Amino acid sequence: MSLLRVDAVTRRFGGVVAVDGASLNVPKGTITGLIGPNGAGKTTLFAIISGFVTPSAGRVVWKDADITSMKPHQRARQCISRTFQIVQPFAGLTVLENIAIGAYLRHADRSEAMRLAADVAKRVGLAAQGGQQASALTVAGRKRLELARALATEPELLLLDEVLAGLNPSEIRDIIPLIRAIRDDGVTILMIEHVMQAVTNLCEQVTVLAQGRVIASGAPRQICTDPAVVEAYLGRGAAARMQAHA
Amino acid sequence: MSPRGLMPMLILLAALALVPAFGSNTSINFLVSALIVALAAQGWNLLGGFCGQFSFGHAAFFGTGAYVDAVLQARYGVNAWAASAVAIAAGAGVGWLIGFLSFRAGLRGSYFALITLAFAEVLRISANAAPITGGATGLLLKLDARAANFQFASRGVFCLIALTCVALVLALSVWIARGRLGAQFAAVRENEDAARALGIDVLATKLRAISLSAAVTAAAGCLYTQYFLYLDANIAYGSWISVEALLAVIVGGISTPAGPIFGALALHALGEVTRLIARGVTGIDLVLFGLILIAAIAFAPTGLAGLASRLRRALG
Repeated sequence: MSLLRVDAVTRRFGGVVAVDGASLNVPKGTITGLIGPNGAGKTTLFAIISGFVTPSAGRVVWKDADITSMKPHQRARQCISRTFQIVQPFAGLTVLENIAIGAYLRHADRSEAMRLAADVAKRVGLAAQGGQQASALTVAGRKRLELARALATEPELLLLDEVLAGLNPSEIRDIIPLIRAIRDDGVTILMIEHVMQAVTNLCEQVTVLAQGRVIASGAPRQICTDPAVVEAYLGRGAAARMQAHA
Repeated sequence: MSPRGLMPMLILLAALALVPAFGSNTSINFLVSALIVALAAQGWNLLGGFCGQFSFGHAAFFGTGAYVDAVLQARYGVNAWAASAVAIAAGAGVGWLIGFLSFRAGLRGSYFALITLAFAEVLRISANAAPITGGATGLLLKLDARAANFQFASRGVFCLIALTCVALVLALSVWIARGRLGAQFAAVRENEDAARALGIDVLATKLRAISLSAAVTAAAGCLYTQYFLYLDANIAYGSWISVEALLAVIVGGISTPAGPIFGALALHALGEVTRLIARGVTGIDLVLFGLILIAAIAFAPTGLAGLASRLRRALG
């Protein structure tokens, strides 16, 4: 069953078509990857799914209900939670307070929210930094904080916008099992990612976006050898040249 | 803020409660004026400090509270207590309306500050022209010192009432700061997009903040009316109260529950002293306020409350 369906969504910014008739299916309980070269429209598509940008045409369907015109905070209440590619911490608050703001969405009581925040902090490996100002965290720490805040809202669908970007290989190795564990707890995940090692490692299915259009979609192994995908990344004729060399 | 962190504030409030019993009329007058500004500043802090929306126009709320209270009594013979309750509600209403118009249009930062200033000026000029407010001659309330009229023969009693109001709003602020509402205010202050992504309705949260803030500042306006029994447009809607409310918060410690009280008392004490020393130089206290604001922003961005906690850390 598909939890989230994006139906032929288009978004124009003036003369630029950032997303052009893109469709996407996220089955419940899976990790779905969204990849594509820079400027392909991945982040715009994410913004459309999370409600920060309204599409010029097309629909976003969540559990069989049309949510195209729903505001971001309403979608968060409907259990769709996102992280930001450029991290957006509440800089003046501590790490725990940051996470608690996510937890307050479903828990009005302070002690409950703080307890949940502490649990989530432990889970993402921020327990030791709980009392620090969010602005004092390292890049890897801030990425974890993004993840923690989103998790604290107890989502059914987690939208991860390049949580691995800017991390070093050992930090990436640390965070991959965490993402898999979140899925194993029943949270469906849609992730934008450039780190292919993570995509092939984590995702059951991958959708490839190039110049706003979906050019391929399927299992990661299949995608990597798809001529259209290779050409989108490496230029026209690249697939044929690689074939010739092989 | 932890309950322990509030101890100095509670001791200070208890000490102030002794002033009416032992202090002179001058000292009580001083204290009442300072407490009225403190209350207005506490209101400003709920919006500006907790929620991060800086207003230059809290006079709009102070004046609405003061005028509604006065007009209802002077023109319609409404009981003073009932008039005050209506005035506070009216202040909240004006706050909601100004908030709705400006936040819905997406005004933030200096744009929001300027639009609030504009609203306050519009109200000041209207109040100066309208017959119902007595225009430029102002509005005089009948002196009839009975508790039923919210007027007291003894200044001390009034001082205690003002002190109670300040203490109640202090308790409210602490409660908000520790709960969900305070967390939502802080989230909106720190990062609106992140707040939205975490399910916070940013517009509704700002409207809650400005209505609450306006209600508290309107209550300060009511106290002013009931104590001085005279109003004109430059008192009620004049920019003096907008400036003192925000100055008290910034000097005292922004977004801390106790900051506005410290700030208002410190500023008023300083203002009095300067006026005593530089007698005859009109407006010298305002010049000093300007210098203090610059100094506070440059050297103590967290205000007196921040200085105190830094000192405490340094000492032990």
